[in-house]
Amino acid sequence: MTDTMTDTMTDNDAAMRQHAASTPVPEFDDPAFTLPKPLAQAKVAIVTSAAIHVAGDTGWAPNADPHFKVLDDRARDLHLSHFSPNFDRSGFHSDINVVYPVDRLHELADRGVIGSVAPRHYAFAGNQDDTVSGIRLDSGPSAAKLMLEDGVDVVLLTPV
Amino acid sequence: MNTPRALHCQFPLGRPLGRPQDPDFQHAVLAAGLALLQRAEGPVLEDYPETIESAGEAPLACPLPPRYDPNLHPAVDEVQALRGAYDRAVERTGRTSVGRVVGPDGMADAVAAIVKISEGSAWNDAGLPGDPIQTVHDIRSYYEELGVELSDGPPAPWAAERWFYDVTEAGRAVIAARRAMKDAKAPFPLWFYMAPGGRT
Repeated sequence: MTDTMTDTMTDNDAAMRQHAASTPVPEFDDPAFTLPKPLAQAKVAIVTSAAIHVAGDTGWAPNADPHFKVLDDRARDLHLSHFSPNFDRSGFHSDINVVYPVDRLHELADRGVIGSVAPRHYAFAGNQDDTVSGIRLDSGPSAAKLMLEDGVDVVLLTPV
Repeated sequence: MNTPRALHCQFPLGRPLGRPQDPDFQHAVLAAGLALLQRAEGPVLEDYPETIESAGEAPLACPLPPRYDPNLHPAVDEVQALRGAYDRAVERTGRTSVGRVVGPDGMADAVAAIVKISEGSAWNDAGLPGDPIQTVHDIRSYYEELGVELSDGPPAPWAAERWFYDVTEAGRAVIAARRAMKDAKAPFPLWFYMAPGGRT
């Protein structure tokens, strides 16, 4: 054991929760809320903030990079390139579905729980500025437009 | 923020669906989240009833190779000796998160540069393949991916991180380099983000 094996280190999750709790977030007076079609008829896409991309693609800039990657539903050669070291990465190494549950969605479609899985999913980088304005005003609507083109009814958002 | 429908899950960071290699658990989480779609009014924020704690997990029980070349720094010797395990991990999973600034062929040189920094070289004169944060991301990913491959069963939360930084020679060199950079007043982000913020 080294002097770094302390309770302080093992409580990294608690430290990050405390940090997140103190992070200002934008407030919206009129948040979006709709009723989708029945889930058994709905097409579902994943949007992740884990900064996932396919092998050979570039990643994101170190901070406040609002662009997104389009992930083909069939892609499994995936990199987790989120800038932060402050989360456990071994879960993704072991099983991408713990962050990006694409296989789970296909199982739900096979069982008839959801109507279908979207042909494209989307990855953003979660480390943004406090207003998240780049995503809210620019790249988010761009990704939404692509989802509407694909007939997506429900979006599953996963953080990391 | 008043997101339309949110399921708050108290799981270890990096595991939003809770447990790797546990489809039943992941499906239970998905079911709880998708059930929120039936709510006619929002915003909706609910807590998932099960919590997964992460404090106190032991490092991965993962064997490290014996020393091979006494002329090399232990960390460089170690990273070379583990290349076969890394290759097997990539072959089995079909993916890797290594390659942001250095690939597996350059890993020994990258670790050697980290060692130089730990021994007093300036971080920007040590031969890093990229900035320290990106370099350590690749080294850590290399180790954690092969560590998951060599150990039994799904990794416990943070066990791979503990194994890398506290047990392996390369991870210990990263911590030493981080301390050296801090002491030399290198730019804060460049040394701070070489390891999780909980490591002081």
